Amino acid sequence: MLLREVEYAKPASVAEALALLAANDGARALAGGQTLINVMKARAASPDMLVDLNGLDKLKGIELGADGTLTVGAMTTYTEVLASAEARARPILGEVCATIADVQVRNRGTIGGNVCSNDPTNHLPPLMCAIGAQMTIASAEGERTVPASDFFLGVYMTAVGQGELLLRITIPAGKRDGFAAVTLGAEGTCIANAAASVNGDVRVALGCVDAVPVLIEAASADEVGDAVDRAGLQPPSDVHASSEYRAHLAKVLAVRAAHEAAGRS
Amino acid sequence: MDVTVTVNGVEYERDVEPRKLLVHFIRDDLDLTGSHIGCDTGNCGACSMIVNGQLVKSCMMLAVQANGATVETVEGLAEDGELTALQQSFSDHHALQCGYCTPGMLMSATALLRENSSPSDEEIKKALQGNICRCTGYWNIFEAVKAVAK
Repeated sequence: MLLREVEYAKPASVAEALALLAANDGARALAGGQTLINVMKARAASPDMLVDLNGLDKLKGIELGADGTLTVGAMTTYTEVLASAEARARPILGEVCATIADVQVRNRGTIGGNVCSNDPTNHLPPLMCAIGAQMTIASAEGERTVPASDFFLGVYMTAVGQGELLLRITIPAGKRDGFAAVTLGAEGTCIANAAASVNGDVRVALGCVDAVPVLIEAASADEVGDAVDRAGLQPPSDVHASSEYRAHLAKVLAVRAAHEAAGRS
Repeated sequence: MDVTVTVNGVEYERDVEPRKLLVHFIRDDLDLTGSHIGCDTGNCGACSMIVNGQLVKSCMMLAVQANGATVETVEGLAEDGELTALQQSFSDHHALQCGYCTPGMLMSATALLRENSSPSDEEIKKALQGNICRCTGYWNIFEAVKAVAK
């Protein structure tokens, strides 16, 4: 497919990237392109300028702090997460990344791109909410950090505004996490998904049931099912699942993810 | 924009519109039509190439993003007309029916075997997950890859 005409810039620094994004309302950041380029083919987005972040080494890489905190650069690919010894400090991260699409997509697709596109069927938005990730966003004015639970604002919308960039995601230490999904074919698009984390209380984030991940908290894994019932989910219907069926799946997956998390040490 | 890219060992310099996808550049500008466009949505894998050592779907990458890169396509596999062991195995195992998916399948399997010369059955299947064969001839493709895995 021929894309609509678009300008292309490949900045050499974050400051240059921010200046390009701030100077042009029609500019969009290009991360791995595994969503954006397809969206452009369909003309669902037609940016005037693509600001390619692939030259920004500052946005790449994974660091493990002494306290077990992981810092993941926004331009880190899924494949890099899978290959990273540091990333194993929070095992769920690699486990979920391994189930995203296929080798080719994992080689190009990035952690930052996944959360910033905030497609409600993506894997990482609910995961980031459940594990209490913090998102650091840069603009010309400086940096600010937003918890994942406040980062996702709507379908395809996040706290990253025009002229801003997601720099990195900070993930606290922890191992008692779980993830469960029902997908279209093995490792395809999610019909429903759930991420869970146990730190005393059980925290579950449900994907695909609303515009943003829905957070559920319960005192124990056994109480998650009732907590989902109380949330009164009204997920959308589509060709893959009716609203009622998707709500049913969300509850089943929430319980499954919570028990997976609770069963880990 | 000026783009310099090395494809199968040959350096090309071309003026490219930023909106041009890598697969169109390779097929239309460089006339290397081995890589196919199946779905143009990132699903089918017929356009798979190896860019800087990494397997990618070239319909989800701009040609300008390959500036300075080394690209390998299906045309680069057989050196001096001699099929690779993998290509020969595809022929021996009848791993192509209509052949449309074959260039992508070969590139995905080539990338797998470079990283892992003795993949398990499961690893072979996972490595080919991003490539769709609409003849559904998966079993023979799997057998062909398995036969060259050590």
